[in-house]
Amino acid sequence: MFGYYLDLALRSLKRTPILTGLMVLAIGLGIGASMTMLTVLHVMTDDPLPGRSAQLYTPHLDPLPLDYKQGGDGPDASDDLTWPDAMALLKAHRATRQAAMSGGSLLLRPARAGLQPFYVDGRYTTADFFALFGVPFERGSGWSAADDAASAQVVVLTDAAARKLFGEADAVGRMVRLGEHDYRVVGVTADWMPKPQFYADNVGSQYSDADQFFMPLSTAVDQKLQVNGNQSGWGKGDSTSLTSANMSWLQFWVQLDTPTQAAAYRQYLVDYSAQQKALGRFERPATNAKLYSLMDWLVHENLVPNDVRLQLWLALGFLFVCMVNIVALLLAKFLRRSGEISVRRALGAKRRDIFVQLGIESALIGVAGGALGLAIAQLGLWSVRQRPDDYAKLAQMDASMLLGTLALAVLASVMAGLLPAWRACRVPPALQLKTI
Amino acid sequence: MQIRPILSTLHKHKLTATLLILQVAFTCAIVCNVVFMVANRINRISVPTGIAENELSVIHSTGIGRDENAQARHEVDLAVLRAIPGVTSAAAVSYSLPLSKSDSSYGACPDQESRQRMLQQQSLKGSGCVQPSVYDGTPGLLGTLGLRLAAGRDFRAEDYVVGFKNKPAVAIITRALAQHLYPGKQALSQTMYFDDKAVRVVGIVDTLLRPRLRTPGVDGDSIIWPQLPDGSGVDYVLRSTPRDRHAVLAAARTALLKASPDRLIDPQQTQTYTEIRAAYFQRDTTMIGLLIASALGLLFVTALGIAGLANFWVQQRTRSIGIRRAIGATRGDILHYFQIENFLIVTAGIVLGVLLAVLLNLLLMTHYELPRLPLWYLPIGALVLWALGQLSVLSPALRAAQVPPVVATRSV
Repeated sequence: MFGYYLDLALRSLKRTPILTGLMVLAIGLGIGASMTMLTVLHVMTDDPLPGRSAQLYTPHLDPLPLDYKQGGDGPDASDDLTWPDAMALLKAHRATRQAAMSGGSLLLRPARAGLQPFYVDGRYTTADFFALFGVPFERGSGWSAADDAASAQVVVLTDAAARKLFGEADAVGRMVRLGEHDYRVVGVTADWMPKPQFYADNVGSQYSDADQFFMPLSTAVDQKLQVNGNQSGWGKGDSTSLTSANMSWLQFWVQLDTPTQAAAYRQYLVDYSAQQKALGRFERPATNAKLYSLMDWLVHENLVPNDVRLQLWLALGFLFVCMVNIVALLLAKFLRRSGEISVRRALGAKRRDIFVQLGIESALIGVAGGALGLAIAQLGLWSVRQRPDDYAKLAQMDASMLLGTLALAVLASVMAGLLPAWRACRVPPALQLKTI
Repeated sequence: MQIRPILSTLHKHKLTATLLILQVAFTCAIVCNVVFMVANRINRISVPTGIAENELSVIHSTGIGRDENAQARHEVDLAVLRAIPGVTSAAAVSYSLPLSKSDSSYGACPDQESRQRMLQQQSLKGSGCVQPSVYDGTPGLLGTLGLRLAAGRDFRAEDYVVGFKNKPAVAIITRALAQHLYPGKQALSQTMYFDDKAVRVVGIVDTLLRPRLRTPGVDGDSIIWPQLPDGSGVDYVLRSTPRDRHAVLAAARTALLKASPDRLIDPQQTQTYTEIRAAYFQRDTTMIGLLIASALGLLFVTALGIAGLANFWVQQRTRSIGIRRAIGATRGDILHYFQIENFLIVTAGIVLGVLLAVLLNLLLMTHYELPRLPLWYLPIGALVLWALGQLSVLSPALRAAQVPPVVATRSV
């Protein structure tokens, strides 16, 4: 029966090529616009570390004084940790793995002749960082906790940076001049750039930034290296030096394997805050301490720009109007075939048969519209990629979005066909047959 | 022409007519708001900076030599830059320029009482103090930027201090800031307070935009003060004719590297002001393009829908049109019939659409900080949709008018 209905549908569509073309175009435009924006949103809210993200959490404390007023659009000062708090959490070692970190950029002076000095972005962090995030190594390894304690002059380079500096030769053991000091290369990582760069606080460029070197945090603090990112100070006394208790600038991530462990860690943060409050350092309620999971943190950070959301709503509104358009056209088309439908009904076809027949016809329009929509969406994504926006380069369709597009198109057109098909199969046959 | 028969026909096609009305309504609502958003963005991207943008270019240099005297370096560099053919003047700033995104702003109070009030409530709000953006720079900055003093004087050599740790004793402010700090008063020669430092207003310029926009009301609150840049990184502003700008930038790069190879010049921070403005508003221009495309797309789809449906109705009613022609209706009557039918449907859609447009605007106001939709958008939107409806029904209606009366005599 399916084959027969397909044949009928094709014939019917061929009989009104212009109208069919209009419907396919409308659904194609609507689907194309929506899928372009859905894909952009999909890549922006995608899991940056699949398989590992469920165990990653970031703890947050509230060391701000009671009378601290948050600046209007400035970053939240309690989003980051202060040096003493981060060191206390590190020392407590309550999670499976933990690392404190901050961004920095340093002038790299290549020893190789013919290479100009250039600035590189990287991360000052602690020994667990690589195991915590599962950073893959090409050669060598990260540094040890002992290196952290000794503020060792060591550095881990990414593959790209090592290649640029040393060519194909093994970089491990070589010296690199960063800023005013020499550092020994202990490891070279494979390409690793989670998007967004969730562990950094470089608001506005998480989708394009990538670290090119990693260095012990203690070394960076000792040598007073350039630190990037938000540094919010408060209160009286020292609020500008990196080790001050009144300035937040560090990000902190922990690995907690089970929900029980996460709950215990959450409790630990509250206890720690209560203890600090008792000591008179914290002023706000201890329950302000929070533990965000990675995906919750991304929601909290609100990385998706308002414009992208607005574009998505616009595209969906567009799809909706296209759908209304198709419902009206299909209704007119189906009702015009009342005579033909009545003949089939009089010859014994059930309402359900008519419904299925017309449903297949709508689905066929959906498939064609989906194919057109896919082409339009690819064109749309291509034009997004041409923009210099931070997230633009990511705008690519993966297999799931590809299938999703087709599914959405077919779903939309079948939905659009439901009402007209239902109306058409309720046409009383006797009345129609009389007029023929 | 009677409307009654049209209404009773539409009554028979209730569902289809309703769908068409809905489509027109949603199109009206969305297009009105989209056009309003486009107008807002265009307003935003055409904000004047107050400087001679089309004659300016900026080149950024980062010194990587150690223990260099920054002021000596800048003086040598500026002399080299001014010697480039085509450059009429040059100045150095630390990093802040209108639309350059790097902003440094301070709380500024018009008098001591306001300052006490601000300190007490720990907030600028209601204290009379404001937060202007502060520009530093070498002597001659005003002339290079093309700023004209509306009152007062330019800085003198003895006014200048070195580096951001020292605050100068005098400043030039914009007219907007003058009005915000000293409403209804003469701002010239008044003393402003930055923390505990008193700064006297010696000059007023018409307009100078902030490096990073906030809200339109305070975007013009800027200060220039005589503070010399004091860091390894510096922006050189070059003035030349609009045509020479690219050549001047290329020559400037070569000249600077020749004067001292111990520096980095990032090609991405070597820009004409036109490029700086385009980069600043890049998201807005994308959005304007997208909004216009989607509005046109919507109107196009709606026009297709109207035309498609009208086509169908003409085919469906060929026989009745023939009968009407046979009993005396003129071609004009048939034409008008379809035109009036379309007018009625679109009108119903517009009535609903105007309501939806206002609702949608309210929704956008709460979620996207959009201002209220001016009511005059609505009648214009209505006119556009009427025109669109008439245009798309014209071809099917003309075809209907061509139906010969003889059709009435044929069976089916």
